[in-house]
Amino acid sequence: MNREFAAIYVLWLRALKRFIRSPSQIIGSVAMPLLFLIFLGLGFSNVKFPGLPSNLDYIDFLVPGILGMSMLFAATTAGISLLWDRQFGFLKEVMVAPVSRLSIMLGRTLGGVTTAFIQSIMLIIFSILIGFKIISVLGLIASFIFMLLIGLIFVSLGLIIASVMSDIQGFGLILNLLIFPLFFLSGALYPLNVLPKYVRYIVYLNPLTYGIDGIRGALINFSIFGETNDFIILLIVAAASLSIGAHAFSKAKIV
Amino acid sequence: MSKYTIEVSNLVKRYGNFEAVKGISFNVNKGEIFGFLGPNGAGKTTTVHILTTIIDKTSGDAYVCGYDVSKQKEKVRENIGIVFQDPSLDDRLTGYENLDFHAMIYGINKEYRRKRIKEALEMVELEDKADTLVMYYSGGMKRRLEIARGLLNQPEVLFLDEPTVGLDVQTRRHILDYIKALRDRYKMTIFLTTHYIEEADYLCDRIAIIDHGKIIALDTPENLKKSIGGDTLSLTLKHKSDIKIILNALSRLDVIEDVKVENNSIYLILKDASSNIVDIMNIAYNKNVAIEKVEIRRPSLEDVFIHYTGRSIREEEGSNLDRIRMRLRAGMR
Repeated sequence: MNREFAAIYVLWLRALKRFIRSPSQIIGSVAMPLLFLIFLGLGFSNVKFPGLPSNLDYIDFLVPGILGMSMLFAATTAGISLLWDRQFGFLKEVMVAPVSRLSIMLGRTLGGVTTAFIQSIMLIIFSILIGFKIISVLGLIASFIFMLLIGLIFVSLGLIIASVMSDIQGFGLILNLLIFPLFFLSGALYPLNVLPKYVRYIVYLNPLTYGIDGIRGALINFSIFGETNDFIILLIVAAASLSIGAHAFSKAKIV
Repeated sequence: MSKYTIEVSNLVKRYGNFEAVKGISFNVNKGEIFGFLGPNGAGKTTTVHILTTIIDKTSGDAYVCGYDVSKQKEKVRENIGIVFQDPSLDDRLTGYENLDFHAMIYGINKEYRRKRIKEALEMVELEDKADTLVMYYSGGMKRRLEIARGLLNQPEVLFLDEPTVGLDVQTRRHILDYIKALRDRYKMTIFLTTHYIEEADYLCDRIAIIDHGKIIALDTPENLKKSIGGDTLSLTLKHKSDIKIILNALSRLDVIEDVKVENNSIYLILKDASSNIVDIMNIAYNKNVAIEKVEIRRPSLEDVFIHYTGRSIREEEGSNLDRIRMRLRAGMR
């Protein structure tokens, strides 16, 4: 077996095994988006946002946003797992293996994306249980692609920041400071046109905006930028963040 | 390929103004157990980290299996196995999975993998724990699993950084015997660091004593002990007044290199105490000097360390609490 592929596979498999063996991690990471979904869905179910088609329920608008949120939060999980691995020495074991840093970075990223994706699937199932309607299977599959792209972008972001930090608590704080604005300014909870103009510019710079817009287009056929545009933008950002991630990893502290 | 498995010359590692390794040079022969003995903070782990490509050197040259540790990192990594000072296992994986993942990353085929993992687990007697999560292992079991893991890629050199630190005495002895068996069975070159003198003495073919980033002595344990002079023969006399008499009588013996007197004891330094003791006792008998106690002491590595550094290695060890603190500090920076 090619060593580089083996390394990617091993790190991916490891992330998966650890995830499955840690029920508290599964519950904890699904619970937060779920609470947002339930309480915001209930609270705003009768609110009419300007610019939304009148036949669109708020819960249908919200589900794609929450799916984006669950993929966004993978950044923190992936970063913290890297910091723990450094703290507990496992990172050394990986970094002295005769494989490139790129493969190590890719394996970790794919692991983080996959576990976040499993959470999102669980969220979709739950959403359907509380009344979310999926239009088509093809749309569902397209939404998976958008979710994976969001995951790629933010997991690499988490890994990039974690590779230059060593303080676990500080990392959590900094990431929250970054992630919540990204979440609120992404059109996840309300349509973009309710925001003042100057805030909208920030929203346009946020990759999550296009991710959620793409998921919405795929799942409920409501997209502002068009799914193709969303896809292209996300692809470019994902490629950029992966290469920055690979660079950051080649410079990362091991001990 | 070069004659030595590890070749190091004028190796320097600097952190800002602090010089952790101050231009050390040494060679390790193929198939020997080479030990780095020194107190915590002497530069042992730093050297291991440089040789295993974890950190970059500041200057000097270092080759492992003929490959430059800073220019041919991947080649070096292919040829070495490492057991780190601090645990480096994934404790949410089973013992078998830890080994299997390691073997996969090192590109070992499936059929070989099974065979080698089985063999390695047998070697460290962990076959029956293979499917237990590592979080339920004891400290000694974790260490053994790490040694097994270090063997999977059949490395030319195995690096062991403080392999028995934090383990109880019985487990330590066990681990040391594994290490010896490794060398005997696989003819593997082993580079070991330790601050336990008995460990270095028991295991190593050659020892480099390292202190404050410098190698201050390097030889076989036997030669190191010989280098600081001979045995000490101590005679404790019944009557203090006899000291003058016996010293006078002994002055004829030219094998005695040095004499120290303390209360009613005489300490004689000589090359080979056991073959001269008969003469000395005869002289005492002839002079009617009553001897209460006789003791022969061979120089230990501890004496060697004191001789070269002017202090005991134990004073430097630091408490466990210090170690935990040090690690925490390193993590928080």
